[in-house]
Amino acid sequence: MKVLVFAEQREGQLKKFAFEVATAGKTLATQLNAELEILLLGSKVESLAQRLVGFGASKILIGEDERLNQYSTTAYAKAVADIAKQRNANVLLFSASQMGKDITPRIAVKLEAGLATDCTALKVDSGEIIATRPIYAGKAMIDVKVTTATKIFSLRPNVFTASSPNGSATAIEKISLNFTDQDFSTKVVSTSVSTGRPDLTEANIVVSGGRGMKAPEHFNLIEQLADAFGGTVGASRAVVDAGWRPHDEQVGQTGKTVSPSLYVACGISGAVQHLAGMSSSKFIVAINKDKDAPIFQLADYGIVGDVFSVLPSMIQEVKKVTGR
Amino acid sequence: MKIVVCVNHVPDTETKVKVGTDGKLIDPTGVNWMLGPYDEFAIEEGLRLKEKNGGEVVAISLGGDTHKETLRKSLAMGIDKAVLLKDVSVRDSFAVGKALADAIKEISADVILFGKMSIDYYDEQIPGIVAELLGMPSVSVVVKMEIADGKIICEREIEGGHEKVETKLPCVISAQKGLNEPRYPSLKGIMSAKSKPIEEKIPQTIANRVEVMEMKKPASKSGGKILGTDETAVKELVKLLHEEAKVI
Repeated sequence: MKVLVFAEQREGQLKKFAFEVATAGKTLATQLNAELEILLLGSKVESLAQRLVGFGASKILIGEDERLNQYSTTAYAKAVADIAKQRNANVLLFSASQMGKDITPRIAVKLEAGLATDCTALKVDSGEIIATRPIYAGKAMIDVKVTTATKIFSLRPNVFTASSPNGSATAIEKISLNFTDQDFSTKVVSTSVSTGRPDLTEANIVVSGGRGMKAPEHFNLIEQLADAFGGTVGASRAVVDAGWRPHDEQVGQTGKTVSPSLYVACGISGAVQHLAGMSSSKFIVAINKDKDAPIFQLADYGIVGDVFSVLPSMIQEVKKVTGR
Repeated sequence: MKIVVCVNHVPDTETKVKVGTDGKLIDPTGVNWMLGPYDEFAIEEGLRLKEKNGGEVVAISLGGDTHKETLRKSLAMGIDKAVLLKDVSVRDSFAVGKALADAIKEISADVILFGKMSIDYYDEQIPGIVAELLGMPSVSVVVKMEIADGKIICEREIEGGHEKVETKLPCVISAQKGLNEPRYPSLKGIMSAKSKPIEEKIPQTIANRVEVMEMKKPASKSGGKILGTDETAVKELVKLLHEEAKVI
């Protein structure tokens, strides 16, 4: 049996969640008594492959082609499917990142494989893989099994823990790829970065602001606190709809789903749709003037107070600890 | 231009989700259903493409008679034709995608639009499945799109930013919030939608590839600690974050 992990890289950088999936892949392979291989696609990515050594894979496969230096939905999907077939992979693991969610459905059709997306847990029960995934905005969970011979799972970023490399050696092998121009029918022509801060779905710490911040200018307190933590900024739907913050900061049912180690909700009441986007955060802190705000039901720690007096003092105190 | 928009009929966002008697599906009692919020961006984009390029917009949905409500809303927004793939069996994303692809194959669409995901199962699979089955390129999570001379340039969301993607028609697009502002159905639209026909087709039975074993509610959190009511509680909070939660 073989587990194949797709390690995502973008612009020559390995994504943090690539290590999470590699670790989860090793755990799964051990439970299934299977071999683990890790696949990296791109152009000139050998140095990235070195960083995947020590995660317990028997091989790190590099699918290299100059044209893969920019992402292409169709080319990446084809390359992964072809390699999975060549390597006789039975189980494929991806991160449920934007790239993962984009290519896995296409790969699943190519391999006639069932796909369970955005899983928050994987376990093996009598040789059967059971995946847990949130549905209805996290208001419920389902345990699912994939009934096809080849199975694909994508894992929610920031939920599975990445281990550190254990010093064991792993062979690195280059795989030749055969592409036609047709395979590159979708092409990335340029990318742009939103802010210098980590993406919401990748950040360890998210500081979010809602209507309780009263005006767009006051979000500078949210930004300062996010920077003090070394985290990133989130926002409720209300302030995004009001034009105070860009949509890519929105956390919630019609925004992003995040699972950081720490989520700090400032001036956010905690509407069900917002909670849907952050309830799987490991620790939740709420700061709100209203002691009855629903957010306090979910928060591990709360301060029932005015954000304008609490936040400045929090920024100071956090800086003392983080040294930022 | 021939435009297809796939829409779903889903529990509204206020729904208090309860597990149904079979232990696998939502208990439908008291649930209010609606057109998927992301599907609205897809419908709006379809209408704008028609307004700019001429042609026809067809909405397709797979489900029971109750899905007609969502198809009527789509018609009221300005969709020309509505098709219901009538089936109430439990279908996974592949089985839905295959049925949609089979129906769309008969249409010769130039652009096939979806919402980026359905807010019931959050799978985000169907647009990619349909594109692969139809042998078309796909662009997901699109916040901007421009079509000119058979080519399409889209801007899509990625972690920390956006990427500009170029591809050609026919293709499948999944719409992210921000792509446009969906219009409200006009009174005229609502009235005329009542009498527009909804074509019904029976989709083929297709084996599911993912099976639900059990649906459950997430573990409820035990109450947290209110540390105080003003900035004096901050020192304790930061101490807890450092020593207990160990997040800093």
